[in-house]
Amino acid sequence: MNEDSQAQTIEDGDGVSRLGFIKVAVGGMCLAYASAVGYPVYKYLNSPVAREAALGAITDVSLAGADKLPLGGVLLFKFGPFPSMLIHHKDDSWIAFDAVCTHLGCTVQYHPELDKIVCACHGGTYDAHTGANISGPPPKPLSKFNVKVLAGSVKVTRA
Amino acid sequence: MAKIYEYLDERLSISQLKKFGEKKQVPLHKDSFWYYWGGISLLCFMVQVITGVLLIVYYKPGPDAFNSVRAITYDVDFGWLIRSAHSWSATLFLVSVFVHMFSVYFMKAYREPREFGWWSGMVLLILGLLFGFSGYLLPMDELSFVATKVGLAIPENIPVIGHGIANMMRGGMEVSEITVQRFFAWHAVVLPLIYLPLLMFHLWLVQKHGNAIPPSEEAKPEAQRKSIPFFPNFLLKDLAMWLMALNAIALLASIFPPDLGKMADPLGPAPVGIHPEWYFMSSFETLKIIGRIVPGTAGEALGISIFTLGLVLWCLVPFFDTKKKAGKTGRLATYFGLLCLAVLVSTTLLGYFLS
Repeated sequence: MNEDSQAQTIEDGDGVSRLGFIKVAVGGMCLAYASAVGYPVYKYLNSPVAREAALGAITDVSLAGADKLPLGGVLLFKFGPFPSMLIHHKDDSWIAFDAVCTHLGCTVQYHPELDKIVCACHGGTYDAHTGANISGPPPKPLSKFNVKVLAGSVKVTRA
Repeated sequence: MAKIYEYLDERLSISQLKKFGEKKQVPLHKDSFWYYWGGISLLCFMVQVITGVLLIVYYKPGPDAFNSVRAITYDVDFGWLIRSAHSWSATLFLVSVFVHMFSVYFMKAYREPREFGWWSGMVLLILGLLFGFSGYLLPMDELSFVATKVGLAIPENIPVIGHGIANMMRGGMEVSEITVQRFFAWHAVVLPLIYLPLLMFHLWLVQKHGNAIPPSEEAKPEAQRKSIPFFPNFLLKDLAMWLMALNAIALLASIFPPDLGKMADPLGPAPVGIHPEWYFMSSFETLKIIGRIVPGTAGEALGISIFTLGLVLWCLVPFFDTKKKAGKTGRLATYFGLLCLAVLVSTTLLGYFLS
């Protein structure tokens, strides 16, 4: 103990005590160790997230055979990792939305008889043509994708 | 900082714990180095628990076992490193457990009142070996598949009940995906549930009886024996040892990651030069040697009987070698220890050089 208190009083020209220096050095080493262990563990656990993020970065998806979808029909598909829906309206217009409710993330469903998109979780409804939130808790409209009907497939692109 | 310390101290009595640690003494003598090996084993065990939990995040027991380990090794970021650290710290764990056991043996630390420390330690060692055996199958590659088939031949040879035990362990007549599922349950649930309370008991005994001193120290008058406070002196040295062990695991794990062989094929022939993990090499080689002298099941039974007898004697040593008898029996116990060590080391080396 005596040595310690002596060490504290020994200062070099810049006024750094030996004990102070050791404290910083040991602290720094602990930090270096924690990050050397923490970084691989973080990357390991985050690996599927990173992969899905890469998947989510795609800008278009081609749905083979979707051009044969009947009038009033709906097709659920994955845009990257996210559920999405393609609707062929009775007026022969095509539209695609992100099928994740903007309220709390349930997957929404299309009701042709109401011509609305409904979320069963908390009763939110959306306009099936524009994606606008009409009633219930959803705070935002569903995001809309661009649709291009080709011979033998439908191409959906991020707007 | 001081305020936080005060707040915690009032509620958790940290300063009492500190005072206790400062009062507790650890003997200091020429063999003090061996005191660190129990602690190193503990560190390796903790690394096993942490990396094991991390592996469970992606591992799938059953029919997908091989593919999930393949994904961990090649697809998941740093998955190879986590798997490698788990494998290397398993090896270092058993190395340090063996060093710990032999140092306890030769320092005669199993003598009264520490018999239960010795016995609980022996059970922990056997559980450690079972951890190794059950974990080895989990990647379900060619090597682990054959090693498990061969390893299960040992319980198979126990008279009368052996066949039933082996079938129960396998979940069938042959090693299959059902076996992997069972071994996973043992490896990740059943064994830890038995191991952890026993480890607590073992550590509590160490705390209760303190470090044993070897007979050469005991012979000295009390005034001549040296010791250091547990806190901070011994603890800091212990932590330095942990740091070295951690560095060793990190280096070995990053430089020598384990392979993943071909997917296990139940119809494929056993690969040439197949041998078990190093900690089963001695018993593997001994069985082979005895098999050459006494062929057939008689040899197998003889080999297993010798192991069992040796293990029983080893466990019962606190009864033979007591403080009261000391002298001649004490030397006899030391010679028995040297003999066991020599047999273990020589058969292990033979196993590696002959194959």
